[in-house]
Amino acid sequence: MRDKILFVIGAAAILLLARDINAIIGLPEERNQGIIFKIIFFHVPMAITALTCSLVAFFASIAFLITKNFKFDAVAVAVTEVGLAFLAGNLITGSIWGRVAWGIWWTWDARLTSALVCWLLYAGYLMLRRAIEEPTQRATFAAVFSIFAFIDVPIVVFSIKWWRTQHPAPVFWGGGSMPKDWFALWAWNVLAMMLIAIVFTAVRLRQEEFQREIDSLRREAHAL
Amino acid sequence: MGYARLGYARQVATIFTKDLRAELRTKEAINASLSFALVMLLLFSFAFDPSEETTREISGGLLWIVFAFAGTLLLNRSFARELGNDCLDALIAAPIPGSALFLGKALANFVLVMAVELIALPLFGIFYNVKWTSQFPQLMMVIVLGTWAMTVTGTIFSALTVNIRLREVMLPILNFPILIPALLGAMQLTSSLVAGKPITADNDAWLKMLIGFDVMYTAVSLVLVETVLVG
Repeated sequence: MRDKILFVIGAAAILLLARDINAIIGLPEERNQGIIFKIIFFHVPMAITALTCSLVAFFASIAFLITKNFKFDAVAVAVTEVGLAFLAGNLITGSIWGRVAWGIWWTWDARLTSALVCWLLYAGYLMLRRAIEEPTQRATFAAVFSIFAFIDVPIVVFSIKWWRTQHPAPVFWGGGSMPKDWFALWAWNVLAMMLIAIVFTAVRLRQEEFQREIDSLRREAHAL
Repeated sequence: MGYARLGYARQVATIFTKDLRAELRTKEAINASLSFALVMLLLFSFAFDPSEETTREISGGLLWIVFAFAGTLLLNRSFARELGNDCLDALIAAPIPGSALFLGKALANFVLVMAVELIALPLFGIFYNVKWTSQFPQLMMVIVLGTWAMTVTGTIFSALTVNIRLREVMLPILNFPILIPALLGAMQLTSSLVAGKPITADNDAWLKMLIGFDVMYTAVSLVLVETVLVG
């Protein structure tokens, strides 16, 4: 049953993405930026997906600390990994855009810097997990670190914003604007990214479950 | 049990003095940290033109990189010191709350890191010919706030990483990204204070951020430390 649902969501994501890409190819070029502006249809949805993942990881970590149920730990690690991949996608698409629009791959602007710091924070989470052998301790320590990291995200964003800003004012909620039907297309792409993230997370979740089962079987075998 | 009746402050003080005494008898971590700070101060002279003007402009960045790296050496030892003879298990089993154990250790680390910083700071002034004392009280305040930020997260991560592989590497990997807002604020404030510009009501945003960081992470650490120690 779960497999079937996953396949349906995955198929929906691929269809939606294909439709969006097709529509995006058909859009005219923007007056100032030319064709490169189209990257916003992927760049921003990836950021939103990554942020959603870190939010889910935060609540899953709290839930693990309260219930000590390993399901929440599995959710936390799965969404963190998927979120990290999407944040990497966000950084890479942003870098490509910057190369064309600014002429440089990277600049120490507020948003770029804070995205990189967040990436490092959650990469640290995964490294911490790898370094701890004992499952309960691994889950507990990782959950504590995930909470620390999530609290840090807004502080990082605001402090670096004071430090310097070069990123173009955000198109959404920042004074920029988009034609209405473009916005609808963009919003559909947010959905497509979210669906992809859900499928990835579910697949990763299953791996985590299998891993735990293998571990417990191994322990049983050792006990015999 | 006499210990159960100890007041919370006494419990914190007991851990604090125990940690300081243990460190001051061996002096292994503080000597290492101090020598490391010196080596870094030396290395900086090759990294850029050590004229007074350049150095003054980037003094905040330089000083806090020295403080953070040298401090990490001290913080690494904080819980690792308790591994021998199963002292850590005994400490956790002791009839004091985890938060008292944490606060005692954090305060001891704070004093040790501050000691290294207060030696490194005048040395920096001498080596690089920088007059850093013109805003002395405010500079001390910034150093105290920045150091507390470093020790409060550093102590809890020291507890997180005590039992794991690659302990020495994991602590800075976890601690520095979390610390970025605090380090950034401390660097900005230190640079302008060393340049002789005082913090006034117009430019105290970084100071507020630093205080907010300290309060927030002290609170979160006190809430979560029991979970880290006991599981």
